[in-house]
Parts: sequence; C-alpha cells; structure tokens
Amino acid sequence: MSWLTEYVRPKIRTLLGRRDVPENLWVQCPACEQMMFHTDLEKNLKVCTHCGHHMRASVTERLAWTFDAGSFARIELPKTPADPLRFRDSQRYTERLKSAREKTGLDDALVVAHGAVGGHRAVVAVMVFEFMGGSMGAAVGEGLLAAARLAVLQEAPLIVFTASGGARMQEGAVSLMQMPRTVIATQLVKEAGLPFIVVLTDPTTGGVTASFTMLGDIQIAEPGALIGFAGARVIEQTVREKLPEGFQRAEYLLEHGILDMVVKRTELAATLARIIGLLRVKELEAA
Amino acid sequence: MRHYLDFEKPVADLEGKIEELRHLSEADGINIADEVARLTEKADRQLRATYAKLTPWQKTQVARHPDRPKARDCIATLIAEYTPLAGDRAFAEDSAVLGGIGRFRGRAVMVLGTEKGSDTETRIAHNFGMARPEGYRKARRLIELAGRFGLPVLTFVDTSGAFPGIEAEARGQAEAIARSIEACLSAPVPVVAAIIGEGGSGGAIALAAGDAVLMMEHAVYSVISPEGCASILWRDAAQAPVAAEALRITADDLKRLKLIDAIVPEPLGGAQRDPAAALAGLADAIGAALAPLLGHDGPGLIARRREKFLAMGRDSLI
Ligand SMILES: [Zn+2]
Repeated sequence: MSWLTEYVRPKIRTLLGRRDVPENLWVQCPACEQMMFHTDLEKNLKVCTHCGHHMRASVTERLAWTFDAGSFARIELPKTPADPLRFRDSQRYTERLKSAREKTGLDDALVVAHGAVGGHRAVVAVMVFEFMGGSMGAAVGEGLLAAARLAVLQEAPLIVFTASGGARMQEGAVSLMQMPRTVIATQLVKEAGLPFIVVLTDPTTGGVTASFTMLGDIQIAEPGALIGFAGARVIEQTVREKLPEGFQRAEYLLEHGILDMVVKRTELAATLARIIGLLRVKELEAA
Repeated sequence: MRHYLDFEKPVADLEGKIEELRHLSEADGINIADEVARLTEKADRQLRATYAKLTPWQKTQVARHPDRPKARDCIATLIAEYTPLAGDRAFAEDSAVLGGIGRFRGRAVMVLGTEKGSDTETRIAHNFGMARPEGYRKARRLIELAGRFGLPVLTFVDTSGAFPGIEAEARGQAEAIARSIEACLSAPVPVVAAIIGEGGSGGAIALAAGDAVLMMEHAVYSVISPEGCASILWRDAAQAPVAAEALRITADDLKRLKLIDAIVPEPLGGAQRDPAAALAGLADAIGAALAPLLGHDGPGLIARRREKFLAMGRDSLI
C-alpha cells in the first residue's frame, strides 16, 4: 500500500475547455480523403464521419471517452532506471527519452488512471504510441504492475488500451523481461477475481502482443487496428508470399478466433460498462 | 570437417598446417612430431587469445555455430529414458520444439527445447528452431503436465525467435507465446532454463521464465537480433556488430544486469570444439541450480519466481 500513498496524487481533468480549435477548421480523413469539420470529427470520437475510419487518439481523449463524464484521476507511476544499457545509436537513448518527454509531456509510454466506467469503479491504463512508438521498457512494465496493484487494491477491473510497436530496443533484455513481468500483472488481477479487459488499438505489435495483451479475460479491438506479433515486412521476407487482404487487422483476428469482438469507438464505453456489469456478479452479491 | 568462423582464420591456418604435416610420411621429414607440437601450441595460444576477447558480434557467431551442441544433443547426453511427447492437441506437432519426459541424474523431469538442427536436412525438419504457435502450446501443455506430476522442468533454449509466418499469425502466435510464459510462471515445480546458443526475443522467453536461468558462456540473449536492431535503428543491417555491442547480449552483460542467474563456462574455443566437455559443464550447472529448488513446495516456488521477475529491472544497470 505504501507505493500507492506515495504515488497517487489525484488530478481531476475533464474534456471540457481542453483546447481552443476554430470551429470551422477542416480535417481530411487519411483513409477516404474526404473532408469534415474538426468539431464534427471530435464529436464522433475521431472516427471519420464518411467512412468510419478510426483515427489515432491521444491519451487525454482515450481517458475522457472511457470514464463517465470524462472524469478521472491519474496516478503517478513508479520511477525506473532511465537508461539501463547506456544505449546509443545515432542518438543517445537518454536524448530520445528527453525529446519524447518534451513532445508528449509524459514520463514514458503509459498512463494510468482510475474513475468510474458506467458507474463501476475501474482502473484504466493507456499506452501512448506518440512516446517512442509506445514501446515497452521497464517504465511501461512497472506502470502496468502499478495499474494491476491499484486494481486489486480498489477491487476494480483493469482495462488496458494497447498501442505499441513492441519492445523498447534501447533497453535490450531489460525490455524483454517486461514480457514475464506484465504477465505477472495480469495474474495479480485475475487472482483477485477481477476482470482484465484488453482493448487493442492501432497499432499493437511485437513483444507487447506476446505478453499481457493477449491474456485478457475479454479481448476487444477497434475496427481496422493493426495487431500482430511479427512485422508484415519480416513475414513477407521469410515466407516470400503476398500477405492476404486485411492481414493482421482487427477483423482478421476476430475471424481467426483471437478476439472476442471488434467494437466501434463510439460504442466502446457502453460496451465496457456492460461487460464490467455482467462480470461483476460477485461484487453485487457481496453488496 | 571443422567449421571455422571468419575471426578464427589464424587458428584455421595453423590447424590446416598441422593437418598437412600429419599427412606427410615419416620418411619425408625428421622433425614432423616436433613441428606439429610447436604449431599445436601456437594454435592453442591463438585460440586462447581470440576467445579471451570475443566481441558481442563474434559471440553471436559462436552462439549460432553449426557444430555447437543443440537442444537435441543436450537431451541425448543429459537425459536418460528420454520419452518424447508430441503435439498441442489442437492443430499440429511442431518439431521446432522438442519435449518429453526422462531422467536427469536419476530424477524424473520434463524436458523442453527449441531445436535448430545442425545440417540442411535437420534444419528444415525443425524449421530452423523457429516455433509456430503449436510449439508454444505444446510447451504449455507439457509444463502443465509436469506440474500435475511434480516433475521439474528443464528447458534448452536455442532459437533466433518465433516463426514469422502468415499461418503462425493467423493461429495466434502472440497468444501462444504469452500463454507459454504464463505456464512457466505458474508451474508449481522448479523450472530451470538454459540459453545454450541463441536466446532470440519472445520465442526464447516463452521457455525461459524460470526459477533459474543459465546462459552458456558464449550464448547470446536479446530482445531483437543485432541485424534486426541495426536495420531499424541504424537503417543498415551491416551495422549489426555495432548493434550487438549496444544491445548488451552476452552472458556477462545479462548477469551484470541481474537478468540471468549463472553463466556456464565453455571449453577453450567454445562448446563447438568440445561438445562433451561443454555438456558436462551444463549438466553440473543445471544440477547446482535445481538442487536448492527441490526443497520448496509449489506455492513457494511460484511466489519466489514471481518475486524474482518483479525485482528485475528495478536496479538493472550495466
Ligand atoms: Zn474516412
């Protein structure tokens, strides 16, 4: 419990008055290339009003869309060694971290918050693709463990929104070890009899898929999300075959039995609320 | 015929000369024996010097050496009464993952290994050690079986990684690996993993989330291959030697990062020069790792193993 009293500093944030965008700003859909009003796109949760293409969302948007009335409290996550390998390629890893922090205003590629989803207490962790491709190093692993512990403490389900290119290469084998460590996070939640729900968003690939991501009690994906273990290019080079239409997309995974459902973003919060309600029989009986 | 690696050329030249001399008839020279002895000593010195300061990229070559003992050799040498078990009970048998029951130093154990093969025929038969979902599902099945019957699990890991294929993805490669990791972590029996050659990413950790993780002296263990990392971060696969250095993939590095438990010394010039000696050393290391684990009950083992992985990375610093 000590880590919690130490790290939790609730900050209530809401969607309202978040930023000022001129109402008449036009946005083009990257899928169908049609134009729409920025405000219409925002109202439709960044889903194209013409073709239904789901555009990538920011963490703030995710949290606001998921929690009731867009209200939640973020928790501060445990600190981890910043650069375990003293890694550098064309740039030092510490420099890359610094610029990712400046760009996103976040410490690393995971944000954890708690609040209510459909009237149910819930802990939500969101991976941040804008932060070094959402790659998983020690900070993300430790953050997921913190989210799991918070869920257990609050007797609340854990919902994780995934978005990641895979392992944080700059942390080498330390990054690889986050696979078993995040599997342990899922075990903590499940052993407490709490639902672990994964929402896979575009894109979720590599070591992140081959650990906690695929161990949800319920596996949900957003339409069109790219989800896979191996990269498409690597597969093409290995098998020297053309990849099938829609390969590694959410609908393909649903068809192959890997997901429970593909849910439109506009219906996601309601779906999560319904699932939590249905899975929390024990909680209701105890009350 | 011995396979020499590029950086072993000076040794190869000397040993080539020795071979030539041995083929000369006694009549041709008087001091052949003396010359052979002199060259042998020189080759030995050269080998010792080379192997004393292998770069991470050179270690990668040694770890992938065709003559290195493979999982199959480990099982053949270390495991008595080996009884292979096949299949994931859902789709197929995957020959990239060997598995079965047998005895290690008299004790009944479950054995798992990723097998690369050592010539063209066996490499193809074992899919170059790259497992498909069925391989990981078979591993999970056998780990669970071991748990029910109280058999310690020994794994021999040697893989460039999980197979990147269309069908592998369609049948849930990621889920299969995740479940295999979960099975390792949940086993109520000791799990001792040995990285014997190449510990390639998720395909390796799937069989290596154990109580004790050993690495052979010249094995490598990495989140991505040096070539893969180089082509992504340096945009040039030829930078693999640089990436190998940066990724900290050697047994020494992993030990220093507190991610593995022990390093198994190899004979001079690597396990490929003297597989019998290498495997004897491996057997001793496995025996030493297993012994203290045998005193714990199932829940105790699971809790210790969990704590071990939870502690990883908290103070990992090269
Ligand atoms: Zn569109």
